[in-house]
Amino acid sequence: MSALPAGNLPDNAFEPVTAERRVQQLTRPSLSYWQDAWLRLKRNGRALMSLYIIVALLVFTLIGPLVWRVDPASQDVDQVSQAPWADRTAVVVPPYRSWDSAPTAELQADSKPLTLQLAEPATTQAVRVTWTAEPQASGYLIYRNIMLPGPEHDLGLPLGELIGSGQTRFEDRLDLDPMRYYYSVVPLDANGAEMAPGPPLQVDVTRVITEELAITRGLVHEGTKLADGDVVRLALHPFGTDYLGRDLLARLMYGARVSLFIGIVAPFFFVILGILYGSTAGFLGGAVDSLLMRFADFVIALPFLLFMILFKIAFGIGPGESGIMPLLVALVVLSWPGTARLVRGQILQIREEAYIAASRLLGAKTQYLILRHMIPNTLGVILVTLTFAVPSAIFTEAFLSFIGMGVAPPTPSWGSMCNDGLKTMLTHPHELIFPALFISITVLAFNLLGDGLRDALDARMRSRE
Amino acid sequence: MFRYTVRRLLQGIITVWFIATATFVAMHSVPGDPLIQNKAVTAQIRKNLEIKYGLDKPITQQYLIYMGNMLKGDFGISFTQQNRSVNDIIVKHFPVSATLGILAIAFAAIGGILWGALTALYRNRLPDIVIMFLVILGISVPSFVFAALGQLALVHLNALAGHTLLPVAGWGTVSHMFVPSIVLGLGTMAFLTRLMRSSMLEIVNADYVRTAKAKGLPITRIFLKHELRNAVLPVITVLGPAIAAITTGGFVVELVFAIPGLGRYFVQAVQQLDYTVIMGTTVFYGAFLVLMVIIVDLVYGLVDPRVRLE
Repeated sequence: MSALPAGNLPDNAFEPVTAERRVQQLTRPSLSYWQDAWLRLKRNGRALMSLYIIVALLVFTLIGPLVWRVDPASQDVDQVSQAPWADRTAVVVPPYRSWDSAPTAELQADSKPLTLQLAEPATTQAVRVTWTAEPQASGYLIYRNIMLPGPEHDLGLPLGELIGSGQTRFEDRLDLDPMRYYYSVVPLDANGAEMAPGPPLQVDVTRVITEELAITRGLVHEGTKLADGDVVRLALHPFGTDYLGRDLLARLMYGARVSLFIGIVAPFFFVILGILYGSTAGFLGGAVDSLLMRFADFVIALPFLLFMILFKIAFGIGPGESGIMPLLVALVVLSWPGTARLVRGQILQIREEAYIAASRLLGAKTQYLILRHMIPNTLGVILVTLTFAVPSAIFTEAFLSFIGMGVAPPTPSWGSMCNDGLKTMLTHPHELIFPALFISITVLAFNLLGDGLRDALDARMRSRE
Repeated sequence: MFRYTVRRLLQGIITVWFIATATFVAMHSVPGDPLIQNKAVTAQIRKNLEIKYGLDKPITQQYLIYMGNMLKGDFGISFTQQNRSVNDIIVKHFPVSATLGILAIAFAAIGGILWGALTALYRNRLPDIVIMFLVILGISVPSFVFAALGQLALVHLNALAGHTLLPVAGWGTVSHMFVPSIVLGLGTMAFLTRLMRSSMLEIVNADYVRTAKAKGLPITRIFLKHELRNAVLPVITVLGPAIAAITTGGFVVELVFAIPGLGRYFVQAVQQLDYTVIMGTTVFYGAFLVLMVIIVDLVYGLVDPRVRLE
């Protein structure tokens, strides 16, 4: 540069420097902690999805019963343990008449001994079977099974004993469902000992209904004329019915009230209790702190579920009560120490932070420090704890209801519905699968939301993905 | 180490005392009368029963007797089961629960460590995504659903095979133990897998792993000696709570699979309000869990030389 002769420069070679005023301007608008957290959460697809699921569940619980106005306690005796995908039609038949007045089909004489045969088409009203007489038989035992009898399965449910009458026909009216049954007849010899059973008879039972019943149950409009053989559609149960014929969808909705209520309200209360306890210990410090925390340590050491059960018994359930309150109280009494520890740790940590010292140096009062710095800075961690506490509370309620220590019947809860479903699991798995699915989806949603919130709110706990 | 052990044991004893006291207080505030359960009892029988169970004495004295008996290891006699002492029930049925629990925890720990290491090695690739999806599922499904579905699957498996491959319920032979212990361990395995994965991801980037790679050590040796061994440490710390989870999860599995373990007797006692059995088993389980946590902590100190137990 020094090589340039100074006199050769034009007049406009230099221009005065203008002060750059835009240096201080930020490239993007400043975001508050919560705005930042919300942006992070929105970027997390799984967390957002689970948020939608939780909203949908709340809608299902709160608005569902207004749309689906079926009483969860009313029984549909035509459709007991009905799967949602099952056929809902019923054939109209005349009212039941006893067999003696009905014509009986005669068996062919040349049929082999002990051949079972249907006397007339099998319906849910009655299954009437006849068989060829066994010459030496002194009597017969009649069995029914829902599985084909063989080496693995026995003959099934004993239906009746015919002794000495020589009768070779039997009418079954015991709790018939429109499904496949296997009937077997075992002849008894002169001493009353069982002889070899005849081959089982496979019977497909069709669902029937009388005209009168179809009208009284509101399946057809009043005044409709029904002829025998007409087909009517039974009441709709989108999720099927349980072992007492109660609508599963309605029960799931009302059960959700119990499960979600306990799942959300109990954590809410024990987190508040934990915050009060933990912040008291953290603020006061010293001997009070160590005494309070030692007590919290003992409560943590209690075996949680055992004491849930114990407290549940201790609080007791009076007749006609649902048992939700004792469950809630037991959960709160046993679960607060975790939050208390966490909050105390946070308070102790934040108290030593430089920004607190700076704020105090600028003349901030204790009240301002608490409201402006302490609470907002612990809120994120508390919110994450709360989210993770919800699934564990739902789990606890389900576990207790499953072993029969939760809410008292007939109040439905997802856990007690699972317990009911277990009894009919082999024949009607939908009664177990639907409540189990609802518990799992709810817990899954809250877990994923908790993961997302933790990533969004708490930089220190952010999981390394 | 010795002083630490003694201190932990003393703390443990105080905790067990706290558990026993809380149990006593809870059981004595139960509404209703333990002696008249659907039974008409005359005044004389009632008096005799009260004397038998020590209920005629003031509550403080009852507490002292209860604590004294417990120190001697005597939990009393059952209210509902004829001529059975609580000790007898525990001695007879706890081994069954313990066998189930040990199998389940072994399954959960081995599975969790292997799956966790695998997902970390295949980070963000197909095996990782599939296993982590299953893990989230495993954490979200309650143990009784696993138990029921496991049983349902067994039934269909047996029906498909045409004969009994594995028994659906009961206890006694090795074949009875498979499915219940797997079902019991699944939730814990999912939890441990998640923990192992994050711990492994941290260690893969550690300086000593890079050094080992730079030295040219074979990859299997790095994996086994440097990565796996260090990544397992956090898993050991949570084994205490995991044992607690498996113990209580065992109640449900024993109930569903009709296994004659202590958990099933506990649930049964709760349903029948069998006071002494409830108190005895609660204190027993409480003491067992406290002991387990202490043992796990001590083992952790032995395994990880960096941890100084003071």
